[in-house]
Amino acid sequence: MGESKKEPQGTGEASPAARVRLEQAEGGWRLYCSGQWSAERLGGAVATLKKRVEELHDTTVHWDFSGVTQMDSAGMMLFLHYRERLEARHCRVEVSGQSREQRQLFELLRDFLPRQRPSKPRLGSRLLKPATDLGRATVHGWHDLLAFFAFLGENFFTLVRSLFHPLSIRFDAIAKNIQEAGVRALPIITLTSFLIGVVIAYQGAVQLQKFGANIFIVDMIGISVTRELAPLITAIVVAGRTGSSYTAQLGVMKITEEIDAMRVMGFDPQQFLVLPRIIALMIALPLMIFFADIVGIFGGMVVAHLHLNLSWTEFLHRLQNVVDVKHFWIGIVKGPFFAWLIATIGCFRGLQVSRDTESIGRYTTISVVNAIFLVIACDALFSVVFTELGI
Amino acid sequence: MKEVIRVSDVVTRFGSNLVHDRVSLSVEEGEIYGLMGGSGSGKSTLLREIIMLMRPESGSIVVLGKELSNITYADAAWLRQQWGVLFQSGALYSSLTVAQNVGMKLREYTDLPDSVIEEIVHMKIRMVGLPEHAAELYPAELSGGMVKRASLARALAMDPRLLFLDEPTSGLDPIGAEAFDQLILKLRNMLGLTVIMVTHDLDSIWTIVDRFAVLGERKVIAEGRLDEVIETPHPIIRKFFWGARGRLRSAHGQ
Ligand SMILES: Nc1ncnc2c1ncn2[C@@H]1O[C@H](COP(=O)(O)OP(=O)(O)OP(=O)(O)O)[C@@H](O)[C@H]1O
Ligand SMILES: [Mg+2]
Repeated sequence: MGESKKEPQGTGEASPAARVRLEQAEGGWRLYCSGQWSAERLGGAVATLKKRVEELHDTTVHWDFSGVTQMDSAGMMLFLHYRERLEARHCRVEVSGQSREQRQLFELLRDFLPRQRPSKPRLGSRLLKPATDLGRATVHGWHDLLAFFAFLGENFFTLVRSLFHPLSIRFDAIAKNIQEAGVRALPIITLTSFLIGVVIAYQGAVQLQKFGANIFIVDMIGISVTRELAPLITAIVVAGRTGSSYTAQLGVMKITEEIDAMRVMGFDPQQFLVLPRIIALMIALPLMIFFADIVGIFGGMVVAHLHLNLSWTEFLHRLQNVVDVKHFWIGIVKGPFFAWLIATIGCFRGLQVSRDTESIGRYTTISVVNAIFLVIACDALFSVVFTELGI
Repeated sequence: MKEVIRVSDVVTRFGSNLVHDRVSLSVEEGEIYGLMGGSGSGKSTLLREIIMLMRPESGSIVVLGKELSNITYADAAWLRQQWGVLFQSGALYSSLTVAQNVGMKLREYTDLPDSVIEEIVHMKIRMVGLPEHAAELYPAELSGGMVKRASLARALAMDPRLLFLDEPTSGLDPIGAEAFDQLILKLRNMLGLTVIMVTHDLDSIWTIVDRFAVLGERKVIAEGRLDEVIETPHPIIRKFFWGARGRLRSAHGQ
């Protein structure tokens, strides 16, 4: 809520805003109130009361309402609040000039006044807050991990059961998800992998030209794109695009109780929603990586042609002869692993969405961040393993 | 009595579905006005048009002297301060607690200190019959009836002049519904509200509604006090009031 309160605009009946005047009177003070004591017009009265009431103690206060034209429950509560304040400062408060409506309003509200004042957290507990927050975060993280394993277990169970009953696999849902996550993503994959090819080729070309080793651009692009860059870039794009949409879709279904409806109708969400998405992505991602390989290498070829005067045929010839096909396979093999991570995280986070709409946004963000991190970590693991194996 | 809402010749259409065909009615200051009609007869839609969430295809709606079809920005802002709305589904902000939901308008539109706002909020929460601990709950943690009450508390937060209620008593137990009706009546008497409520609840119609309109066949088929409407020979009205449920009520002689 911003600094500036919105002014009540426009064409309300122009009656004066609430005012309070504090003046010395015989045997104490007189609080003279006037104007319209309704919620949006109380600003002036609040300011005066806040400032002046603190000055009063051990005295009699005549609270005079005779100038008040209209009062609503916010006005009444303001009065009650400050009366209590005054009484806490040992003042005697005498009320006068109340109209019949105001008395009725008081009668109405009196039954509903909170019995005890809502209490603020004490200072001690506020000082400890960082510690309690840390503790809470740790416990939360632990529960998160347990929930994830439970999800994986359930998922695995569903998968095994589906393998025994292949007819129960939702092939149409899988096809639809491949279309959604794979085919629809081709334009953005084309663009990013082409640009990556161009960038790599450019950077390489400058260095290679110094040694007159122009032809090695082919090795460089051929290996780096197929083995590392195409899988990684594709996976990151897919995590941002599909992982987030999985989380949001399942999250909204959770909030609108669609998932509960499915459960009671005997449609296991794991089988109907989660498994098709995971399988679809595990099929689609390797194909997309293959596609990204082609486009990325083509991007490099264009640069090599324009910048290093390497002809198309020369490039392709060397690509065939020098670059081992294993690099391509390594890149493709990573696909299903990345896809599994992205889809599993996306669905898991989606099913974690609870009660409020804000949590959809929160879990979508978490899902994308988790997925990208895990994809990169997994890639690092592959690098180490393949190098150790000498592949 | 002053007229606060006048709806004249309103036509509403969703695609080829004609919902209102020249609907007219008027609401006077200080009354509890009911909107009745079968499911899908366009009660909620009419309400949405009156509170400026939708525009009718043609016809005019005047609220507190403002013609809605060519209202200025400042007038619209002023009007929105004059009313509180209880939506059919509650429509509480799901990421805020009940107390925050109720206090929202007070925080935004007034200069009251936080402690006073908190007291007002707790007072309103008790006023609508919610237990004290409900204040700190989130909407998803409430029962259906509690959502209704919380949403009424939010609608009442600023003591609006107009209170729009879309099926306030549906989903409440009979005792709760009765208490809710009495609460609305009491608030109207004390705060001088004008209440426009959509309802299917014959009990509400019998006990608290001053005047009401029955929507059916895309039109207002009857408008007026209970004794006037009940004599209308229209078949829909006869079904409404002389069907088994209606007869039961009349048999008790109320
Ligand atoms: N946004 C929309 N788009 C298309 N049609 C709509 C829309 N909103 C309402 N309708 C149609 O308008 C008609 C009236 O709907 P409305 O919600 O006003 O009914 P109602 O009288 O409030 O019914 P109920 O008592 O069940 O709440 C219905 O036929 C509905 O299908
Ligand atoms: Mg409705």
